[in-house]
Amino acid sequence: MSHYDITFSKEELERYSRHLIIPEFNIEGQKKLKASGVLVIGSGGLGSPLLLYLAAAGVGRIGIVDFDTVDESNLQRQVLFGIQDVGESKATAASKRLKSLNPYITIEVHDTMLTADNARELIRKYDVVADGTDNFPTRYLVNDACVLENKVNVYASIFRFEGQASVFNELLQDGTRGPNYRDLFPSPPPPGLVPSCAEGGVIGVLPGILGSIQALEVLKVISGVGDTLSGRLFLFDATVFSTRILKVRKNKNNPLNGEHPTQTELINYEQFCGIVPTSEKQREVAEMNVQKLDQWRKEGVKHLLIDVREPYEYGIVEIGGELIPLGTVLESTNRIPKDIPVVVQCRSGVRSATAIRELEDVHGYTNLINLTGGILGWQEAIQPELPRY
Amino acid sequence: MATLIIPTPLRKFTDGKSVFEASASDIRSLLKALSTSHEGIQKHLFDDTGELRSFIRVYIGDEDINELEGAETKIHERDEVSIIPAIAGGSK
Repeated sequence: MSHYDITFSKEELERYSRHLIIPEFNIEGQKKLKASGVLVIGSGGLGSPLLLYLAAAGVGRIGIVDFDTVDESNLQRQVLFGIQDVGESKATAASKRLKSLNPYITIEVHDTMLTADNARELIRKYDVVADGTDNFPTRYLVNDACVLENKVNVYASIFRFEGQASVFNELLQDGTRGPNYRDLFPSPPPPGLVPSCAEGGVIGVLPGILGSIQALEVLKVISGVGDTLSGRLFLFDATVFSTRILKVRKNKNNPLNGEHPTQTELINYEQFCGIVPTSEKQREVAEMNVQKLDQWRKEGVKHLLIDVREPYEYGIVEIGGELIPLGTVLESTNRIPKDIPVVVQCRSGVRSATAIRELEDVHGYTNLINLTGGILGWQEAIQPELPRY
Repeated sequence: MATLIIPTPLRKFTDGKSVFEASASDIRSLLKALSTSHEGIQKHLFDDTGELRSFIRVYIGDEDINELEGAETKIHERDEVSIIPAIAGGSK
């Protein structure tokens, strides 16, 4: 719909009056917002402020893509949700909240995972995409789908105390498109080099700041007011409170829209990011489940439990294991016997399997057993009173 | 002395420090000086052939060194050099 055909009710005019009296924005800008559709991918830390501000500002049609459910550990930063939403679909809970905030807009729920099969079709229905996802495969998927569908991708990303934001693939005045994510980072880091949010943690307010910047840039892209972050990367480091803006230029080797494009459709992004099924990746280690460990403890079966998480994780919750962080296991063989069964445990069972492989390879251990599900599994099945993180 | 700004994901190798200072003539020698004084950081910056990895960008001021002379780009006193990593967090 062209924004020239847009009209407002009395209630809407009153609601948006603080926009209407900005000379550069005025009713024209508000009409453009109402005429536009924005797809927000991920309704978590970044998606929360993003969705709240886009809905409040009067973007006419907002799509939410999220397959996840609300977890208690989300509430530290995902301000869209309340305690009553725990366990519910994020996209549905977000939709309810946004409808109560602004009944004059349309919210479309896509309670699904964004994949190479559905991404282009979903993105095609909207004018602007805002990427609030939390992993590299989806970041590249969103970027590539936006480039192939000629959509603007308003980007932000966070890690602990640090954030980045930019506007990718914006239609410029000369008719060309601005740089995209592949111009900045042609390929992703291999798995393991950069920790995920769940491992790395994030300070609660940071996604609020970056998600708000994303919302602001979406409004600027739609209204045409001001200069967006197209061709620039905004960086924020909250620990020392520094902000920087760097230039992002087009890369002639960009596989999507460089001088010699080699990619004309979406690819397998898990593979692209080096994520392969476990069976192909690493050799299996001996395992036991939490019920078995519980039984051993009750029956007094001789064993040692070692916990390879970090001390700050141990401080949150522990189940009586001896703390030997993963990075120090190879130097701690004097504390890891070879003559009795040693059960190795971490948060979910991944790091403990790595520790076992390292100890087997370097020091020839044959008595190590991985606790599947880790302390999360133990909390769920044996001691529900323990905290989860 | 040029100043090198260390991004959060690499600070575990620099005892949490966000800034590294060294006298160096070009980007490569500055990054080498960083790798020499902080064990473990090398593989995050350079691949096996000694080239800068494709998932980090290095800037002098607000300009990408790839727009200048890459790792051979000369640096001057009081230049601010930044390592920009790809980070992906946002939702969970």
